[in-house]
Amino acid sequence: MVPDDLRYSKEHEWVRTERDIAIIGITEYAQSELGDIVFVDLPKVGTNVSATKPVATIEAVKAVSDFYTPISGEIVEINDLIIEEPSIINRDPYGEGWIVIVKMDKPEELDELLSPEEYKELIGE
Amino acid sequence: MKTKLLWELSKEDRIGIQLPKRKVPECNLKENIQSLMLRDSDNELPQLSEPQVIRHFIELSTKNHHVDKGFYPLGSCTMKFNPKLNERLAANPGFINLHPAAPDKLCQGALELMHKLGEAFCKIGGHTAITLQPAAGAQGEFAGLSMIRRYHEYLGNPRKKVVMPDSSHGTNPASIVFSGWQPVEIKSGSDGKIDLKALEKHLDKDLAAVMITNPNTLGIFESNIKKVAEMLHSVGAQLYMDGANMNALLGIVRPGDLGIDALHFNLHKTFSTPHGGGGPGAGPVSVAEHLAQFLPQPIVSLSDSGEYKLDWDRPDSMGMLQAFWGSFGVMVKAYAYILSLGCDGLRRVSEDAVLNSNYLLSMLRDYYELPYTETPMHEFVLSGEVVKKYGVKTLDIAKRLLDYGFHAPTIYFPLIVHEALMIEPTETESKETLEEFADAMIAIKKEAETDAKLLHDAPLNTPIRRLDEVKANRNPILKWKDSLK
Repeated sequence: MVPDDLRYSKEHEWVRTERDIAIIGITEYAQSELGDIVFVDLPKVGTNVSATKPVATIEAVKAVSDFYTPISGEIVEINDLIIEEPSIINRDPYGEGWIVIVKMDKPEELDELLSPEEYKELIGE
Repeated sequence: MKTKLLWELSKEDRIGIQLPKRKVPECNLKENIQSLMLRDSDNELPQLSEPQVIRHFIELSTKNHHVDKGFYPLGSCTMKFNPKLNERLAANPGFINLHPAAPDKLCQGALELMHKLGEAFCKIGGHTAITLQPAAGAQGEFAGLSMIRRYHEYLGNPRKKVVMPDSSHGTNPASIVFSGWQPVEIKSGSDGKIDLKALEKHLDKDLAAVMITNPNTLGIFESNIKKVAEMLHSVGAQLYMDGANMNALLGIVRPGDLGIDALHFNLHKTFSTPHGGGGPGAGPVSVAEHLAQFLPQPIVSLSDSGEYKLDWDRPDSMGMLQAFWGSFGVMVKAYAYILSLGCDGLRRVSEDAVLNSNYLLSMLRDYYELPYTETPMHEFVLSGEVVKKYGVKTLDIAKRLLDYGFHAPTIYFPLIVHEALMIEPTETESKETLEEFADAMIAIKKEAETDAKLLHDAPLNTPIRRLDEVKANRNPILKWKDSLK
């Protein structure tokens, strides 16, 4: 399941953009590989993040993984809902299970990301 | 049938032992003990008869899976059978009644044992000095890295980072951070071994050390280890070896000869101490000559007059790791194990561990995927990807193995293998057991093809069925309360 209207990273994040804002989450493939997610540790609003650096951790039953933002900028919102109920990410990774919202510093980084077709190829769909 | 807890079995005024009538006058606690030291409420304890308690624990032990009951191929953990002789020797009253603060002259036997055990490890590791203090492998890592830190500080530059491969044990990066450095992960090569090119990029005066496990967590021997040591030593960095997999190397290769500067042994894995219930373990660290002055204090030394003593005169020591001298009972078991096997026997331990692992792999590799194909040593890592198309995951295979009477292998580790199944049979298993386990794995593969639901529901025959792991992680109930009745 790879929605057509998003961009993707090789680390299995998706990005939805609205003007200079990027909403970021993990893909259906990522949540299914991780399995049941039990904790998420999110950065503080106002943190400046740079692309390809880990900004959060996602703990699933079988392992703990870093969450990378593929886009540099300032964290302007985090998803409080998933802190209380991380299983939302498993249930609805592209919707209610979004992870952070970043105000983009370098929108040109979007060009580095994969198209839905390229991402499908990456995960062998 | 559900086992009742001792609390649920409790009946008011039931007792296990009739105590004799008191012969001395009753003492008023309130008059004799300060009020802040007295508890406000009754000390609640379950009230039971002796047979109830005995039956309770015997029943629990039959419901549990343990290595005295069945095969336990938990990769990286070396769940080998532990000879009962070692338990008897460790229970010798002269050992168990010895107070750790007794003066040296009253515990010459215990100190001699520690000294000789240390010498044995130095021979096995190819090193010149050792500490027996660390209480477990992870504390051994911390001790080894702390010594390396002292060494760099002594030379004037503590340095900034420690490199480890992406197949390393999770304790490695944690120990690096605890020792005050930045952990840097490098990707393994396509052969599953350390990638020399990736390592080369980090070779500078900020590099304090590399932590490596050999054989690595894929069970593959790092054949470039001497090259790695040379590269590191050329920039003054040190090579630390996580000895979790020493069960593959005993008497065959000495890590010190490969250029390893510090190495920890896991006595509870390789040297026959029961583990899996939380310890006690022991993680002695042997080191090359140039690190010896930084060893934790005290160390056990032998004077010219033939007396053993705890040597505190170690001005450059990294300090102490715990209140006393280490897990002494574990040391007795390890020493008994080493003496009863001898040099040839220890070598055979590793040869048979490697043989068993490769025999088991030969039976399974047509059925499951082996992502890294180099001939492994004492353990190997399969991938459960092959059953994914039936909607079955490695977790389901692991749960189903319990129905066949086997403990599951380590799963989902190392992280570089998708749907990993890490299998370590150890040398103490018979050919028949390995074949029965292989038959079970093959039968489960067939079940995955025809009856995925069966695997999703597994285990079916265990006292407790599949647990809700999310709930166990998020809302664990760790203490019994009346309200749970």
